[in-house]
This record gives sequence, C-alpha cells and structure tokens, in this order.
Amino acid sequence: MNFLLKKMKQIEPLFKKGGRFEKLHSVYDGFATFLFVPDTVTSRGSHIRDHMDMKRTMTVVLIALMPALLFGCYNIGLQHTRAFGLNDWTLMHMFWFGFLKLLPMIIVSYVVGLGIEFVAAQIRGHEINEGYLVTGMLIPLIMPIDVPLWMVAVSVAFAVIIGKEIFGGTGMNILNPALTARAFLFFSYPGWMTGDAVWIEGLVKGGGLDGFSGATPLAVAKLEGIANMPSAMDMFIGTIPGSVGETSTVAILIGALILILTGVGSWRIMLSMTLGALGIGLLLNATGGNDYTQIPAYYHLIMGGFAFGTVFMATDPVTAAQTNTGKYIYGALTGVLVVVIRVFNPAYPEGTMLAILLMNVMAPLIDHYVVNANIRRRIKRIRTA
Amino acid sequence: MSTLIKLRKGLNIKLAGKAEKILLPEAPVTRYGVRFADFPGLVARLEVQEGDKVMAGSVLFHDKMFPEIKYVSPVSGVVREVLRGEKRVLTEVIIDLDGTGRIDFGAADPLRLSRGEVTEKLLKSGLWPVLRQRPYHIVARPSETPRDIFISAFDTAPLAPDLDFIMANTHGGFLQTGINVLSRLTDGKVHISQESEGTRVAEMKNLQNVEFHRFSGPHPAGNVGVQIHHIAPVSKGEVVWTLDLQDVVAIGRLFSTGFHDREKIIALAGPGAQHRKYHRIRPGASVESILKGNLGEGNMRIISGNVLTGKKISQEGSFGFYDNMVTVIPEGDYHEFFGWATPGLTKFSYWRTFLSKLLPGREFQVDTNMHGGHRAFVVSGHYENVLPMDIYPVHLLKAILAGDIELMENLGIYEVAEEDFALCEYIDPSKTEIQEIIRSGISLMIKEMN
Repeated sequence: MNFLLKKMKQIEPLFKKGGRFEKLHSVYDGFATFLFVPDTVTSRGSHIRDHMDMKRTMTVVLIALMPALLFGCYNIGLQHTRAFGLNDWTLMHMFWFGFLKLLPMIIVSYVVGLGIEFVAAQIRGHEINEGYLVTGMLIPLIMPIDVPLWMVAVSVAFAVIIGKEIFGGTGMNILNPALTARAFLFFSYPGWMTGDAVWIEGLVKGGGLDGFSGATPLAVAKLEGIANMPSAMDMFIGTIPGSVGETSTVAILIGALILILTGVGSWRIMLSMTLGALGIGLLLNATGGNDYTQIPAYYHLIMGGFAFGTVFMATDPVTAAQTNTGKYIYGALTGVLVVVIRVFNPAYPEGTMLAILLMNVMAPLIDHYVVNANIRRRIKRIRTA
Repeated sequence: MSTLIKLRKGLNIKLAGKAEKILLPEAPVTRYGVRFADFPGLVARLEVQEGDKVMAGSVLFHDKMFPEIKYVSPVSGVVREVLRGEKRVLTEVIIDLDGTGRIDFGAADPLRLSRGEVTEKLLKSGLWPVLRQRPYHIVARPSETPRDIFISAFDTAPLAPDLDFIMANTHGGFLQTGINVLSRLTDGKVHISQESEGTRVAEMKNLQNVEFHRFSGPHPAGNVGVQIHHIAPVSKGEVVWTLDLQDVVAIGRLFSTGFHDREKIIALAGPGAQHRKYHRIRPGASVESILKGNLGEGNMRIISGNVLTGKKISQEGSFGFYDNMVTVIPEGDYHEFFGWATPGLTKFSYWRTFLSKLLPGREFQVDTNMHGGHRAFVVSGHYENVLPMDIYPVHLLKAILAGDIELMENLGIYEVAEEDFALCEYIDPSKTEIQEIIRSGISLMIKEMN
C-alpha cells in the first residue's frame, strides 16, 4: 500500500491552499481519509484515543442494512413476477432484476447527496461527514421502487440542504434526513408515494394481471378489510408489496441484532418503541372503535415500515432523545403514535414516518425534562444540606 | 470495616507495559524544572532571576491573586533559565542542582498548633500547592475552610502504579503526622478511599483521625472526584480539598523534620519503556535520569502522568508537580490503510465493533494516533457509560460550549475536573477535545464567580 500512499501524498499539494484543485480539497480529503486513517496524533487531552471513529460507526449501520437491502432486491423481482404472471423466473433472476432496478436509485441518492456534502464541507472548511453514507442508503430503501429517479434526486437535495446542512450538518439536524426526503415526496408527489401501483416495478405503466392489486397490507386492511390481508408469516418474511427495504421483518431483525450487539444502535429505543406499539395495539383490540382497531396488535410490528423505522430511523442518535431515560419515553411515544396514526387517521394508511418525524421534534423537549430532573436533584441537595 | 461503594460504569483500558513491582535506588538528577502549566489558572509573579542561588524550599514565584501561595525550589541549586513561550508567557523555571542547602521551616506537632499556624507553615514551606480544591480542581485558597478533605489511596488509570506497593516502601512515620495536619485544616473529616480489598500496609491500616471508604469498579473509580461524588458531593457554595497520598507523607515530613522534601515513588510504565520499574524521584526532576538507556526504538512520546491525563514532555523534561508515573508510548504518526475497516483483533476498544472484545484478559498495544477525524457529536448514550457520576456529560459539554453559566452550574460543573471526563474523550468516535472543553468551562466559572 506504500505505493498508493506515496501517490496520494504526491498529489496532495494540488489540493492544498493555492493548489490547482484547491476547490476540491474536501473531496481529496474525503478520499484520502477513506483509504488511509490519517497520521494525526493527539496534541491535547488524552494521549490515546479509541480506534472507533465515525467511519466505522456508519459502516456498522451499513452492514446492518444489508439483509434488508438484499431481501428488498429479491422482493422487487418477486412482486414483479406476481404482478405480471412471470411464473418461470428463478430466485437469482428475481434478485438480479430487483438489484438492477434498485441500483440506479442508490447511485442517484449517493451522487446527489454526497455531492452536496462535499460542497458543504468545502464551504465550511470541515472534513466530510460520514452521516450521509447511511442516509444515502436509507433513502432508496424507504421509497417505492417505481418512484422516478429525478424525484429521488430532488428529495435527496431537499433533505440534505433543508433537513441537515442549514442546521449545521450531521450532528446538528433536528429531523431524520432520510425521512425528511420521504416526507418531502410524500407531500409533494403523493401520487408516487401512495396507492396500489407504485410498490411494484412496472405496474404504474400498466400491464399487470387482471385483478392484481399491488396494495400494501396496510392499504388492504383499510380498503378491503382485515380478512383480505396477507398472512402474518408472509408479512414477517416480507414477501409483500411495500417500500424496498421495509417489507421483511426477519431481515430487519438481523440488522437490529447487529446494531444492538455492537452497541451502535440503541436497544432502549427499539424495545420501548415495540412495547409502545404493542401496548396501544392491545388496548385498541380491547376497546374497539373502528374496524381498523381490530387488527391484531402484533400485526402492527410486522407490516408497513414499523420494523424498519424502529431499527434504522427512530434510533438515529442525532434526532432521537439523547438521555437514556429520554430514549425509553421517546421510543414508547413513537410506537404509540405509529399505531394511533394508522388506526385513526383516515387519510394515510401508514404512520411510521410521521410518528418518527413528530417525535424527532419532541425529542429535545423530552431530554429537557429528563435533564431537569437531574438539575432538581442537585438543587435539592443544597436545600437539604 | 468501611462500607463498599460499588461502581459499575467506567472502563479499564487494558494496555501492555505495566511496571514491575521492583523499586530501584534513586538515580542522580542534575536538572530540575517547575512548570507553570501544572497549575491551571495560575498567574505567577517571579521572585527569582536567572543566576540566583536557591535552596530546597526557596521561593521561586508566587500567585498574583493570592500572594501568600508560594511555589518553591524542590532542591538546592542555581536558577539556570526562566523559559517563556508565546507572548512571553512563563512556561518553566529551570534549576541546576548545586549543593545540598535546604531551608529549615521548623518541626512542630500539628495537634498543638492552631489552624492559622498550620496554614502558615504550609504556605511558607511551599507545600501548600499540593492541596487542591473542588470546585475547579485548582490550588486551594488559604482563606477558605474546606467542608472535608479527600484522599484517594488507589489509582485506576491505565498502567497506574500500585499505591499500596508505594506506601509499603515509603519511609514510615510521616503519614499519621500528615493526616493530623489535614485534620487541623478542616472542620469536617479527612476521607481516605481504598480499593475493595483495603490495604496491606500496616501504617495505612492503623491511621487515626480519618474515615475510610472502599470502592470497587473500573477506572475512574480511583479518581478522587468520582469518590467525592459518591461519599458527599460538592454542592454550590461548598468547597472540599483533595491531595495525593504521597503528599500527605510530604506534609508529615515537613512537620516532623522541618524540611520541604517531596521525594516520592513513581512508576515508569508503557510499552515504549524497556525496563519498567518503580523509581524514587522528586517532582520537577528531569526524567532523563530514569529514561536513560531505557527507551524503545522509534519515535516515542514521553508522558508525565498517565496516558489519559498526563502531559507530554521531552526526554529531558521535568516530572510534573502532581504526577505519580511516567508513561512512554509510541507516537502514532503513520497512515493506516483502511484502518477504520479492519476487524480489530489487536485493537483495544470500548466499542463492541472490534473483535478484540472477544479476547478478555489480553493486553493491547497503543499509540498516539487519533484514529479518525474530528466530527460533531453524533452518538449518544455511551459517554455516560464511562462516567460514574450522576451527570449528563454531553449536556454539560454543550452548556460549556454555549457559555451558559447557570446551566453549567446546574449540570454539575462544581463537581468535575477534566480528568473525570478523560474516558469520555478516549471513547469519543467524534474525537472531541473533551478535557479541554471542561477546563475552559471551569476557567469561565472562575472568571465569572470572582
């Protein structure tokens, strides 16, 4: 690797102040630190530092996303064969078909998002933030497969600029950037984000089998009744229509395991959000209200974006509650809200995105009260002393 | 036996290079230095010039704000140089050893002296600065009476010396006198915190006029600030004092013999040192004497203190005023190809993303590489795992960065020192200079409160 290092050092002056490509400094820096951990040594404070850095943190999340991504590719193909009656496709065929459909979305997401990150880093004189590595993968996974690429590009630009960079970049944002992208499309182009056709590759253009509906289980429950929903096993495995990465609870659980074992994702949020949704689901089962309250409570955990949102979106450390106590409250309330929106909102069948975004906004308030309790303990000590 | 306080939060960084429990005879030292940076917040007024002859106990400089606090020469000699840094800020007074002259401050039984007389003796002899106060972790103010005095009798920092071994080899008889002196200074108690098994040293066991506590748990359980937090936390308006166990001995020695002599036993540790043993040394001594022929190959960093909180010094640098070890580790000035992506079997980490977590009991190599670039705070819920105090570290840090005095006060700035946050800094994947932020917060508080 010495050869590569020499080469990198050789071209470095070009990107330094006064160099020919000064304006690309952040790009050079991004690639150089990607290839080689820099030789910076500690100068103040602790003389030794942990080997963990932001690149590794984000990489762990990316690895955790892989099962959902791979299953998503397969499911794109599977749903396509079902809609168009292509009974002779093999598993590899379906996977490859899905992969080739998803790849352009991933590329667009990364090119647009990282492009903006590079520019932002250059303007601020910071190093490039790794946060977008995860956001850029999350965005394609929470989109319907048929959404046009230009919409992906616009929503990514909106999310990165308005959702993140104007607040100061990764670490400063209030809303989860990936969900901001999705919410932007959801409200700007609802025709491409809801309905029966967008979840299945090619169905928007028509030509599907007669009588085939590509509706998600949530929409089925709302429009056709609970009796017509797919089986719980199908929803758990994930062979149902839906956003690319959200359908397979199994694949997401593998990701959850990775995040929890490595300590990168918060088990507190995952647990409390699941319990929150389950709790309110059981309560609604008992009390009734409308037809929709009769969906078995555990269905809420395996259909729609709940599992994906719980494991990968609500746990975003920047936009979630920061205190441990706050995380329990934040998670539980998010879980409750998901189900409440699903059951009582006549307009949207799905509630995960809106619930998480709303709780992102509330998270600092939750932390505020948790930290205030600490402050009160401290003040009380003076009074009793 | 005292009750055991069990701490669960914290982290023992398992480094290779502990010192063997062998005490070497004292090596001759010819050069001493008193470093101003050892005393954060100090504005010093020099009382000597280059070329002046000094004795052990002669005043070198005093505190501008509290002129009665004197800083003295540890040995007899000649002031060779007064070093200055940027903007002519004083950095160090260098003394060449010459002769054996020492000032006799007079022996006295502390129990027969008034508080004022005890204070005066400590101030005059230049031993006063061994007393530090919380809040702020700065040299104690003589005008104040501390609520209590706290001493930690064990050190949990990486590669830290065994204080029990040190006490077993310390010339006996002075410790109780030192404790008696301290008991005159406070209306409260003198607290000594020990490891869970207690001590094997008879002199320690039989101490009078003290209250013993026992702690178990990973680093920073040995930090006096953490111990105070669990024994009797510092609230707004309260002041407690702290000092090192070996300085209790020095105070005892002063009152028993009349001389300022801070001879102590320290450890030389770290993978960069070849013969890692215990040494007798005085604060200010050039570490050259113990490092000679002892350094490993390559570019090494010499640290006066431990790897988390010590100061970087040169091979001839002066041993710090408050330290109890010298650590030598390799510099980390190399590029690592895809270093962030390696499985990490040989890399110690707090994080469970490294395979090294599967190797309990193994000791690991370290160096001074940052292992990453600086970022904004991203992860949450981990800093508190290595800070065994009822304090929200990130919220306190953000209050400091925002300069919000009231919030800093409410979040516990009076209870902390930078050393208590060293592990937060170590594990931080965003590579924030957390200890520096804490110190800047403390400095801001001092400025605002005076």
